[in-house]
Formats: sequence, structure tokens, C-alpha cells
Amino acid sequence: MKEEIAVAIDDLTVAYNYKPVLWDIDLTIPKGVLMAIVGPNGAGKSTLIKAILGIIKPIAGSVSVFGKPYKEQRQLVAYVPQKGSVDWDFPTTALDVVLMGTYGGLGWVKRPGKTEKKAALEALEKVGMLPYKNRQISQLSGGQQQRIFLARALVQNAEIYFMDEPFQGVDATTEKAIINILKLLRKAGKTVIVVHHDLQTVPEYFDWVTFLNVKKIATGPVKDIFNNENLIKTYGINYQVSVQE
Amino acid sequence: MTILEYIELLFNDYTLRTITLGTAILGAVCGMLGSFAVLRKQSLLGDAISHAALPGIAIAFLITGAKDSNTLLLGALISGLVGAFWIKTIITKTHLKSDTALGLILSLFFGVGMLLLTFIQKQPNANQAGLDKYLFGQAATLLEKDVWFMTMVTGVCLVVLLLFWKEFKLLLFDADYTKTLGFNIKFLDTLITSFIVAAIILGLQTVGVVLMSAMLLAPAAAARQWTNSLAIMVGLAATFGTFSGVIGTGISASYPNLSTGPVIVLVASVFVLVSFIFSPNRGLLFKEIRFRQNRNDLKLHKTLSFMYDIAKTHKDVDHPHSVKILNNFHGYTKKSLHKLEQENLIVVTGTNWSLTMKGFEKAKNLYNQHVETND
Repeated sequence: MKEEIAVAIDDLTVAYNYKPVLWDIDLTIPKGVLMAIVGPNGAGKSTLIKAILGIIKPIAGSVSVFGKPYKEQRQLVAYVPQKGSVDWDFPTTALDVVLMGTYGGLGWVKRPGKTEKKAALEALEKVGMLPYKNRQISQLSGGQQQRIFLARALVQNAEIYFMDEPFQGVDATTEKAIINILKLLRKAGKTVIVVHHDLQTVPEYFDWVTFLNVKKIATGPVKDIFNNENLIKTYGINYQVSVQE
Repeated sequence: MTILEYIELLFNDYTLRTITLGTAILGAVCGMLGSFAVLRKQSLLGDAISHAALPGIAIAFLITGAKDSNTLLLGALISGLVGAFWIKTIITKTHLKSDTALGLILSLFFGVGMLLLTFIQKQPNANQAGLDKYLFGQAATLLEKDVWFMTMVTGVCLVVLLLFWKEFKLLLFDADYTKTLGFNIKFLDTLITSFIVAAIILGLQTVGVVLMSAMLLAPAAAARQWTNSLAIMVGLAATFGTFSGVIGTGISASYPNLSTGPVIVLVASVFVLVSFIFSPNRGLLFKEIRFRQNRNDLKLHKTLSFMYDIAKTHKDVDHPHSVKILNNFHGYTKKSLHKLEQENLIVVTGTNWSLTMKGFEKAKNLYNQHVETND
């Protein structure tokens, strides 16, 4: 069976000031994978996601989603930013933040109505946050805030999900809850791309992996390419990790 | 003058009515837009823009020689926008942080403005007097047409805010995410910034360049204390702003030689002060009260659980023990003993205390910490 390609990236190059952060990235992500992007600090993992989503303007390169330019396919793509990227003291409730996920589908000016609210409540239910729907967001714990962000992406009802370190600063229970949701998404045929830090859990959580350090080192199924050779290429010679066989 | 007399005057005196209406509308629009400035973390941008407007006023006067407020405010608008644009350029093109860029532009433009003002004042031209009113504002010079103009601008702001409410809220909370949903954040950002600039320009005549940013920030900062909803915050800020304007004008009209602008700003600051102290959830007073209450409760629980540990070594729960054994225990005070007695958790007889059944049960279930004991 021929694989359908969800995201295709060609010659993507990004630089802040003079130094390139991403150099000439070519990457194809097949539909239906749960993929980790791994690499050391400063490897450009978050930048890669932001460049794909057009938050950062690349110097060169193109991104296509299901064969068409990303700009025409926005509705198919959802994004979970890093939790620390927003001010959680913003005057709003958990439900309200999740509702924001419906704004893209609504377009300009139109306000969310009953349908949107129902979808938002369902998403809150999925991440186990329904009892907190009217809570002011600053009163949520770090793990709960991460779940709210996940719910906001779920409500977008997209085909492809980009997540920037969703496991950062969450406890074991929340991590399990999140990974279960990601696995459900994959089961439903969605494509999920996650910036990930904990190498130990890569084989357990993901079926696809991309090694990144300014350049793309390798990409493919975890069982084929998640090995010491690629880890050393990405993290340097002194890096040791026990890879599950 | 009593309040009643003042209100009567307000309805009969044309000038006072115009000024009060003007400051009220100014307060409303500033409060509304100030909420957005505060939440967009651009509190100081307003300050920089208002200071940057000063050279524009001076240059407009030098070129036209006229003191018509529309011409001067147009000059203010242009130099305010130039200042804002420079600040944004400095932030994106250099490694300087935004506070440095704001400070630089603010002082530079204000310095040039002051220089030009002094220069103008030395000119042999009778027309130049009164230009310095733009420094601290002079509400008395508000005319009916100024008020109409303010009303129009406020109306336009209100309509646009309501129209793009959802988009603005999204942008304020999470700009990157807004972009991924396909909204043009440059457009939204420009819209907000231009409104803030417009509000500042409107206020220059009344409050002046130096104090203008307080009109934007004070009502918003006060409103934030009372609510966790954006809509209510914006509404409250507009209300606080309106009352600051009306009350400030009232006070300054009731006493001789009180300039309106500074009084309005002081009234707005009183709103801030009261909100910081007395608002129920975020206010300092209730925070402190809750903090002490919690500490006292914990102390009491600590004493009770200490007593429980002693009591459970005896066969009967109500076996009396000497108060003395509590003396070297940290959570114990005479007051806490008294309070425990009041709540029927213990009985005190002479210098002895004993746990009641209620006290024993409560201590046993306290945070479930004694569940696994071996009795």
C-alpha cells in the first residue's frame, strides 16, 4: 500500500540574525504516525514547528500539507504551543481557552455558538478537565494548563497535530493521560508530531522519530532508526542512552 | 459648594457640562483601550507615545503659526506614530529590550519637544502663550466640538472592539496561536495600537502628555483586580475611567486653582489603591486575612493532632493530661487551647486537659495521617 504523505518539507532554512537555526531541512511525514522530534537544546526543534506553521518566516523552503501549500490547508492543522509561551494570569476561564480552538473554523467576526460550546465541553471531557471548566486559568496546576492546551487543539478537529513539548513540567499521571490521548488520535488516523525531550520514553510512546540538530540527521520508524549511531550523530560522541531492544 | 449644588450647576452651566462630558468620555475610552494595552503588555508604549507627541505639537505650531487644536493634535498624532514606529524598529532590529527602547524614545522625543517649546516661548509672537497646556492638559479649553469628536472616536473604537472581540481576545492571550488559526495578527495589532494612539491624542488637551499614560493604565489595573473575565474587565475599566473623569472634574471645579488633568489622574489612582487593597480575590487585605486564617487553622490542627498522639496511648480517650506537657510544643498557645475548648474538641479542668470524643474523631481523621497507626 502506498503511504499517503501528511506533511512534506522542502529545503527549509531558518535563521535568527546571522546564525542558521535550521539548515536545509527536507522531511516527509507519512499520514497516521505518532512522531517525536528529538535533538539537543538549540537544535531548532521548536523553530521547526513554528516555521512549518508560519509563525516564523523561513529564509527559504516550502511546506505542503496533503499535497497543497500549508496556507490553504490551515484548517487541517492544530497546534499546541509550549505552556510557558502565554501569560496564564490572563482574565479568562478554562472553557474559554478551549473555545479558542473553534475560532479558526469560525473565521473573522463570527462568534462561537452552541455547537462550538458543545465541542469545547467534549474536548474538556476527553482530557479530564470538565470539572474545572469555569476555573480561572491561573488557578490551574501546570499539568492542568497543559491539558487545557491539548483540549484547545482537539477542538480544532484537525488531521495533523503539532505539539511543542507537551510533557514539560507535568506529573506522571498527566503524562500518561496525554500520551493516551495522542495514541487515540493516531488510532483515528490522525498524524501527531511532538517535540520531545525524554529519550527513554521514545520507543514506548512513538512509532516514528526525527533526529534534528540544525540539520536533519535521520527520520523514520523508531524500530529501525532509534539507535546509538543516530543518537551519537545528534547529541555528540559522549552521549549514552539505553535503547530498548 | 455641596454636591447637590454642584449637580445643579452641572445641568445649568454650559462650560462645566461640556468639560464633564468630555472628561467622562475620555475616561471611558481610555479605560477600555487601556485594558488592551495592559494585557498586550504594552503599558509603557502609551507613555512613550504620549511623550513622543510633544515635539509634533511644537513643530505643527512652528509651521502653521496657528493654535487651532486640530492642527496641533494632527502634529501630535504624526510624531506619536513616528515614535511608536521607532520603538518597534529598535526592538526588532537591535538586541535592546523593549523597556530600553521605550525609555530611549520617550526621553529623546520629550527632550526635543521641551527644547522646541522653550524656543517658541522666546519668540516675539503673542500667539505662543498657552502651548504649554499640552504638558499637563487644561480641561477648561474643551469645546463642544472637541467633545463631539471624542464621542465619534469612542463610538468607532467601540464598534470595532465588539466586531473583532473574539480576535482581539485571542491575540491578547496567545499571538502565535492566533497566527496558526489564519488570522492576520499584524492587522489586529495595528488596529489596537492605532486605537491606543488615538485615545492618547484625544487626551492630550485634557490631561497632557506627562500624565496621559496614567489615564490608560490606572482604570485597567484597577479593573483587573475585581474580575477574571475580559469582558467585565473592559467594562469596569471604562466605568472607573468615566468616574475618574467626572469626579476629577467635579473636585477641580469646586476649588480654585486645581488643575483638572492631575486631579483626574489622582482620582484614578485612588481607584487603583482601593482595588489593590479591598478587592475580594486579589486584594491585599483579604489575601492577608485568608493567610492568617489558614495559619491559625493549621496551628490548631497541629495542637489537636499532638494531643491525639498523647491521648491514644491511654485506654480512655478522655483521660486528663497536664497542660504543662504542651508547653514545649510549638503550635501551642493559651489562645489555641481556649479555641479548642470553645469548639468542644477538648475539656479543660484546672491545669488539665482531656480530649472529647468529637475532638478524638476529628484528630483521627485530620488529613488521614493516623490511619496506619498500630492501636
